[in-house]
Amino acid sequence: MTIEEQLVQKFGANAFEFSQFRDNHRAVVAIDCLLSVLTFLKNDAGFDQLSDITAVDYLDFPDAVDRFGVVYILLNTQTGERLIVKTFVNDPHPEVPSVFSLWRGADWLEREVFDMFGISFKGHPDLRRILMPEEFTAFPLRKDYPLRGRGERHNFPVITRAES
Amino acid sequence: MAVDLPENVFMTQLDAAANWARSNSLWPMPFATACCGIELMATGASRHDIARFGAEVMRFSPRQCDLLIVAGRVVMKMLPVLQRIWLQMPEPKWCISMGACACTGGVFDTYAVVQGVDRFIPVDLYVPGCPPRPEQLLRGLIELQDKIKKTGTFTGHEFGKRTLPEGPLPMAADEIRRSKQEQLLFQADEQ
Ligand code: SF4
Repeated sequence: MTIEEQLVQKFGANAFEFSQFRDNHRAVVAIDCLLSVLTFLKNDAGFDQLSDITAVDYLDFPDAVDRFGVVYILLNTQTGERLIVKTFVNDPHPEVPSVFSLWRGADWLEREVFDMFGISFKGHPDLRRILMPEEFTAFPLRKDYPLRGRGERHNFPVITRAES
Repeated sequence: MAVDLPENVFMTQLDAAANWARSNSLWPMPFATACCGIELMATGASRHDIARFGAEVMRFSPRQCDLLIVAGRVVMKMLPVLQRIWLQMPEPKWCISMGACACTGGVFDTYAVVQGVDRFIPVDLYVPGCPPRPEQLLRGLIELQDKIKKTGTFTGHEFGKRTLPEGPLPMAADEIRRSKQEQLLFQADEQ
């Protein structure tokens, strides 16, 4: 049984939107059933490795309905199958459930997505910035963030030669 | 009254003697954060051999160095570290900004990269290039030795005269304007 069939059997055909390119399987799920789908994939379908979590900002994207897409890339280390699970969240408070309880590796991945896109992960034990400095206020990979920043990189004291 | 000196005693000025010693034993602090650092290592390796100019003693503690070589781009998170290292180096000290990134930010005009370390620390010498060839860095070193020999003093009081920031303003006028606009937009978004 393919992974698509397993998912449909378990959750019904309406829950998903499947697509495929070569051996690249993709499933779009609604945010409400994301956690149960991922739990099923981890515990019953053998997707034991979470390769990556990332996000996309669809601001001003033609035909896009939702603002953010959150993407989970899963790998079954037994069969080598890969599955890409995607869900959509919206402003003003984009939030998805944390999958830290399923894959411990989600810890830093979720922190990175939070740092760059400001999508919060409900249930994450330690949701802090991971790349940008703590005092940074914005989310730099959002499309409405200016290319050159808001002047954060200039907030440092200038040391002159005489005082050093 | 002329003093008869033995043949192996030389007369010189204190400044000149100090400059001679300092310029030929510059101990670099390699602050290598990116690809320029590789070229800095090549400069230290046998083919180019920075030891010919007395600067081969790379120290990884700022307390033992007198030449800061900033090789590579410096990001916002790294700049406080760089400033602290600069402040920890004992006098007299000099700073070489190596490569396009350290001098101006290079092609990385993004939210995170500092647009030239000279905005925040005093720089004595810029080495352009992306990356500069080891020859270029050596040339820079020779120029710096020249500078020390010409302007250095025993007490180092020439440093005390440099009381003004020497680089470009941390923020040019249009950057200030733009960042204020952005801040307003951001605040409007938040509400
Ligand atoms: S100037 Fe070029 S070689 Fe040097 S750090 Fe920048 S990108 Fe790398």
